[in-house]
Amino acid sequence: MTHYIGIDIGSTCAKTVVMDENRNILYCLLQPTGWSSVDTAESINAQLSELGITPGNSVSVATGYGRVSVPFANKCVTEITCHGKGACFIHGMNSLTVIDIGGQDTKLIAVENGMVKDFVMNDKCSAGTGRFLEVMANTLAVRPDELCELASHGGNTSISSMCTVFAESEIISLIGRGEQKENIAYAVIDSIAKKVASQASRLQYASSAICLTGGLCGFSYLRSSLSSLLGAPVLAGQNGRYAGAIGAALCAAAVGK
Amino acid sequence: MGEIKLPEGFVTYPEARKKAFLTLKKMKEEGRRIVGVFCTYTPWELIDAADAAAVVLCGIGDENMPAAEKRLPKNLCPLIKASYGGAVADRCPFFYFSDMVLGETTCDGKKKMYELMSELKHTHVMQLPPGQFGRGALEFWKASVESLKDDLEQFYGITITNDRLREAIHLRNRERKAILDFYEIGCLKPSPISGYELNTVITSNEYAFDINKKIEALEQRIRELKDLYEREYKGKKSRPRILITGCPTHGVINKVIKRIEELGADVVGFENCCGPREKKDPIDETIDPITAIAEKYLRVNCSVMSPNPGRFKALGEQIHDYQADGVIEVLLQACHTFAVESDSVRRFVTEEKGIPYLSITTDYSTTDQGQIDTRIGAFIELLS
Ligand code: SF4
Ligand code: SF4
Repeated sequence: MTHYIGIDIGSTCAKTVVMDENRNILYCLLQPTGWSSVDTAESINAQLSELGITPGNSVSVATGYGRVSVPFANKCVTEITCHGKGACFIHGMNSLTVIDIGGQDTKLIAVENGMVKDFVMNDKCSAGTGRFLEVMANTLAVRPDELCELASHGGNTSISSMCTVFAESEIISLIGRGEQKENIAYAVIDSIAKKVASQASRLQYASSAICLTGGLCGFSYLRSSLSSLLGAPVLAGQNGRYAGAIGAALCAAAVGK
Repeated sequence: MGEIKLPEGFVTYPEARKKAFLTLKKMKEEGRRIVGVFCTYTPWELIDAADAAAVVLCGIGDENMPAAEKRLPKNLCPLIKASYGGAVADRCPFFYFSDMVLGETTCDGKKKMYELMSELKHTHVMQLPPGQFGRGALEFWKASVESLKDDLEQFYGITITNDRLREAIHLRNRERKAILDFYEIGCLKPSPISGYELNTVITSNEYAFDINKKIEALEQRIRELKDLYEREYKGKKSRPRILITGCPTHGVINKVIKRIEELGADVVGFENCCGPREKKDPIDETIDPITAIAEKYLRVNCSVMSPNPGRFKALGEQIHDYQADGVIEVLLQACHTFAVESDSVRRFVTEEKGIPYLSITTDYSTTDQGQIDTRIGAFIELLS
């Protein structure tokens, strides 16, 4: 049997998905990317061979920032295409607007009939990304998921959504002013959601079916905050954080044929 | 990843600049007049008629940014900063060899930068009207052309005759035609020339000071390429064809133009200042030369003009002629005029022309290569 492997080496985590010939997901592997994507790729390779999967009986596609550091991959495909395909697979839909909040960047992808039609990515600044959330959570001495949970109890506070560095000092002064943690957390999530919504407004061919993929897809308050700004429910599926790797595995299946 | 096929003896843009530096040094030693220029609005014919060589001063690379940022804001177009930085740090040999500098009141950043530059060297700034169509625009601009003529005459102690101007116009029109024909090789499908080579040859040619020789070399290369097309390309499958638009791209040749081709598409044409924008429109040789020059240069379609309908017309024509599958707009950081216009460009390309559009905002650093590669890669996947 040929295995189809998708490897998504992101800036914080590496995700690997193995599919069989009928596109059933057999394995999902997750590990931190660490300092070197080359080492990460090697460790993935070792894990795969323990499962009996070798380049001889598989086809693999790499995606994500570290995609060029996977020597055994048969092909590289960008994370935009992979997230688009992966999200369609997860949600069983053909036309979809995908929001992927990644470590370094946030992408909005319009998929129509299974094909990417348009996409928008944040510029150099990390405002509105997973990194932004992490920095803010650190400043508040909580975990990112705790921050999101806190935010659901807060309100009436806002911070700039333009720049991570400015936002961080704004938070520090809010702490100094004795603002409630819940309210600060609310401001953080609100600023991420606003940034994403503003990116979404530049997306063409956007479908009203919206889903969130990536590491933050389990953060329900973030989703509801996005939903109210975008005026439509934001779905999250099982394996949402593996969307990129699933899309890559689907690309591998296409290469294999 | 695709290798770009380049002809034997291909000279990169930085190499061409290095070579030009030696030529210029020699010219200077021989007592030739040299005028430093920046922009497509510059009437080269007046400089030719003053028996001076025009040398392009637009900066590339980000090594002179710290020198520039001593006086200019950080958040300014990299082209402006690199140009000023090279000059003020005394690291731009072209600035160094120029007797004088010639600029125009194009965008706000540039025209204010010229004020600082004038502290370093005699700088003549031509006054451009803010739009092409306003009442008095042409008269205003024609007066600017006349005052440039006066300044050149005074600065060099010469007289610029109408006969000399006519000669210069004639020669430059021939050059325009040769350059245009060269660009139009990109209309062939599949294109027998890499857009990287095309862009490099044209921008490097700005440093070829013998125009007759340049025309000959271009004509020769055009013949070779047409031949090559017949022999090796005709009837074959084409990669996705990309048309470039937006800000000048000579400073991002490697990080954008070359990468597009390495990632699997062909750059077939340029609707920007590194392309045939100005070449398609020759100078009228039948009327008074100063009027003809003024009329021609006022027709340049740049976003610094408000409104700028000619750009959309040209873009539409090029999408058709170059059989483009997608348009990539390159925006230099903090270039407001092109950035504001880009939304209309996106709508025009996607809605009226029905092909995909991508815009990339970047500067002259190399830190965002990964992000740029992802955008370009995804765009090509979407076209394939
Ligand atoms: S883009 Fe406009 S301002 Fe810049 S060089 Fe070209 S014509 Fe001049
Ligand atoms: S690219 Fe834009 S900001 Fe830069 S010099 Fe040209 S018009 Fe001015």
